Amino acid sequence: MSKTKSPSWADVTPRADFLRRRSLIAGAGAALAFGAGPARAGLSAAPSAYSTDAKPNTLEEITSYNNFYEFGWDKGDPAKYAGALTTDPWSVEIGGLVGRPGRYDLADVLKTAPLEERIYRFRCVEAWSMVIPWIGFPLAALLARVEPQPGAKYVALETLLRPEEMPGQRAGGIDWPYVEGLRLDEAMHPLTLLASGLYGEELPKQNGAPLRLVVPWKYGFKSIKSIVKITLTAEEPRTTWKALQPREYGFYANVNPEVDHPRWSQASERRIGAGLLAGREPTLMFNGYADEVAGLYAGLDLRKNY
Amino acid sequence: MIGAVNGALRRVPVWAVYLAGLLPLCWIIWLTLAGGIGVDPVKAIEHRLGKVALWFLIGGLAVTPLRRIAGLNLIRFRRALGLTAFLYVCLHALAWIWFDMGLLWAQAAADLVKRPYLLFGMVALALIVPLALTSNTASVRRLGPAWRRLHWLTYPAVALGVVHYLWQMKVISTEGWLWAAALAGLLVLRLPGLARLRLV
Repeated sequence: MSKTKSPSWADVTPRADFLRRRSLIAGAGAALAFGAGPARAGLSAAPSAYSTDAKPNTLEEITSYNNFYEFGWDKGDPAKYAGALTTDPWSVEIGGLVGRPGRYDLADVLKTAPLEERIYRFRCVEAWSMVIPWIGFPLAALLARVEPQPGAKYVALETLLRPEEMPGQRAGGIDWPYVEGLRLDEAMHPLTLLASGLYGEELPKQNGAPLRLVVPWKYGFKSIKSIVKITLTAEEPRTTWKALQPREYGFYANVNPEVDHPRWSQASERRIGAGLLAGREPTLMFNGYADEVAGLYAGLDLRKNY
Repeated sequence: MIGAVNGALRRVPVWAVYLAGLLPLCWIIWLTLAGGIGVDPVKAIEHRLGKVALWFLIGGLAVTPLRRIAGLNLIRFRRALGLTAFLYVCLHALAWIWFDMGLLWAQAAADLVKRPYLLFGMVALALIVPLALTSNTASVRRLGPAWRRLHWLTYPAVALGVVHYLWQMKVISTEGWLWAAALAGLLVLRLPGLARLRLV
């Protein structure tokens, strides 16, 4: 039996407090740099019915514990090195089997649909989890804009390749750039989010600024960061982790407590921030989004298509 | 030069090495209490303990070649290095079952059987238990030549420990390869052809 102890309210820094702390720090930094700094503009976003009522992790947890191997292997590396990343100007090349291919400027992409706040559970393949208040809009809205052609079955996505700003790309181990993909119906699902913000602010660089995918019922590595290219294809696209280790990381990567990773069980997870003695909690099928997404996989053997 | 170093080392009491061996543990405890261990204290504590164990295991293996090749005599401290390694291996395993697995013994046991890297780590732990138990002078006397044969288990134990460390990585890092190279080097130096190699 798991002796899961939920963090109490006393363990959580109230949002107003850390925002105040951040603005104090930012203000101090700005004061040093410019004498006086303009207030940082927040992102306004409407709450979403898709949000969980689970308590979100702190901004510090979400922004200092990242797998973004473009910046290094250690979970602290992205926060340490992502500052050098240039995210403006930024554009996304959309092509393949679409009626309106082209290079779309980021500002244009972000005008696709109204921003929403989606508080999603996030489950890493490494068996830890967080709850994250993303800000973004459904990928489906952007795909609808570029008019998928009838032959399109998959969506391939690509991360920025810029070794001079991404030290991890100068090291070996992975065939850069990072690529990921979804089946078109998965990509069109209303839960599939293109995120550009977090906790009411622009997305921090270590979390995949300026634009990343969030697929909450799949392991975190499907949620590709810093997207520069979206291609609609007829064939299943190559995905980085499947290419690297097909036995361990499948194309689907659905959160499934019954299908273990070859090297560890996926039956339970550790909630980041829950404390040293909190133990583990059971992992839910599709990360708790089974009601919404199980239908996508009717007739598919999820043990083979992991 | 090396004579002077050995002379200085002779004046270092063995208990000082035990005491120094506890410093990494104190550091980990301090970081945990001060909130400086990071966002995921469970993994950080577990990994730090494992890494410190690796330092002392490899350090113990380096004693003999260092004496033979460089003339540096650390043999007085080898027991302290080995027992300190044993302490950290035990704490590492304890952190795993208690903090990481949340004492879910059934899931831990199932993981152990299915995951070679966990099994390797556990076998390494099992192999060094008899070494730790016979690390006292009385055992050395009582076992005689059998003591040396028994303590040959150090080699598979450390090798399994290093493989355990490499295998848990998704992609083996540079540091991982450095540890593998250190182990390989220390083992190669014990091959019959190289066992006479001396620089001093």
